[in-house]
Amino acid sequence: MSVLVKIPTQLRAAAGGEAETEVDGATVQEVLDGLFARHDELRSRLYDDDGGLRRFVNVYVAGEDIRFLDGLKTPVADGAELTILPAVAGG
Amino acid sequence: MAVSHLQCKECKAQYPLEALYVCETCFGPLEVVYDHAGTSDDVAALRRRIQGGPQNIWRYADFLPTTAYGRGAAGGPPVTSAGGGSTRLGLPAGCTPLIRADRLAERLGLREVWVKNDAANPTHSFKDRVVSVAVTRARELGFETIACASTGNLANSVAAHGAALGLDSYVFIPADLEEQKVLATGVYGTKLVGVEGNYDDVNRLCTELCAERDWAFVNINLRPYYAEGSKTLAFEIAEQLGWELPDRCVVPIASGSLFTKIARGFEEFAELGLVEGELPSMNGAQADGCSPVASAFAAGHDVCRPVKPDTIAKSLAIGNPADGPYALDLARRTGGGVDCVSDDEVRAGIKLLAETTGVFTETAGGVTTATLAKLAARGDIGRDERVVLVITGEGLKTLDAVRGTFETHTIAPTVEAFESGVPQTVSV
Repeated sequence: MSVLVKIPTQLRAAAGGEAETEVDGATVQEVLDGLFARHDELRSRLYDDDGGLRRFVNVYVAGEDIRFLDGLKTPVADGAELTILPAVAGG
Repeated sequence: MAVSHLQCKECKAQYPLEALYVCETCFGPLEVVYDHAGTSDDVAALRRRIQGGPQNIWRYADFLPTTAYGRGAAGGPPVTSAGGGSTRLGLPAGCTPLIRADRLAERLGLREVWVKNDAANPTHSFKDRVVSVAVTRARELGFETIACASTGNLANSVAAHGAALGLDSYVFIPADLEEQKVLATGVYGTKLVGVEGNYDDVNRLCTELCAERDWAFVNINLRPYYAEGSKTLAFEIAEQLGWELPDRCVVPIASGSLFTKIARGFEEFAELGLVEGELPSMNGAQADGCSPVASAFAAGHDVCRPVKPDTIAKSLAIGNPADGPYALDLARRTGGGVDCVSDDEVRAGIKLLAETTGVFTETAGGVTTATLAKLAARGDIGRDERVVLVITGEGLKTLDAVRGTFETHTIAPTVEAFESGVPQTVSV
């Protein structure tokens, strides 16, 4: 099951310069694990010491914030888009 | 005081004074750091310097993150514009009235209430303060296009500043925004984009666009500079109170930026000896239909769970507040709080402020006034406190909120019709 992951500019240097990449996985957690397998440095950038998403990281599946869905357990459909963005914007 | 660098509020990593807003290491927000060395410790001289400045936010230029004023970023000589003209940019924001509101205080059983009426800004909201600072920095950084994600008031201000400065502008708003705010944006000739979704959808889209366009999104990649503009509200309040701090401030919360930066402004003045005393108790105000910060405060949480907004207070309808954790911390450490009020209370708040002060505010001001009334009724405000109510926007922008709340007496143009058709107060 392939998902298109969109990588924010702040993380692209740690992701080999890629703005987006295809990763396999059935849940957000699996997709992110797949991303980390390819670019290990991203794990510490996105996760805190407790293994959860840092509080200033937003993850969206098909445009919806995963905190309105099932968090890291949110299922992702084949061909879906997963977007990682900084939370510190707006207001 | 010269602007020094950007710094992550979380991990303290340092960054240059560029169009950056988020820490590459931990995703924390970046904020501006100043160098206090070289600032005079002669308080009287510092006060005179401010008082001798222009009647707008640039009287506080020493405390704002532009290199065009005072000394340069590296502590060098003053930077001036080409041709030696003024580099102060933007519409003349700030220096809005601070009104003593004795009739409001009496109605609420309080001793001393002041209304800071920021509807008196050029586009009728506090957003002119932050946009003036952001566009000034944007020009310094060489941007030719400004943009924003807005709940309405920011849209007005960015469009107007674009027009005033001859900059291209793109303004993104939720498509269902109040008509008055849409009209008061489009008239300036901006490229106005109504996004099908709520503000958080608009914000997400703009965050993505920000990476793809070489634009100054005032509240995204210019956010560290933009947010600093809100400090001028605190500077003015302190100066207008005769270089004293209030005991309590009641402030609306959307992203939490205004709320936290007002406190930062008081802190900076205190650090330089311009005022003395404790930081005021900071009370945040939200609407029931969008109260992620109030809910987290009540639950004792230190982060906010995002919500889908559903309130008439659209200018506060941010379900995913960027500065939520900092707003929670501030409310707790100052002995303040964060409360929320119903839409009916918001309408009543607008009416209460109008009837007792002559100030007609938008729904956000109704939220703030209703929250003050709630705090007073609950006995949370001490009998001797001096309270400042921060009114951020103009009632003419949200007319639907007051439609049908009073009666117009329509009569024939005769004295008889007036006497029979209009109830009159008998004076002796």
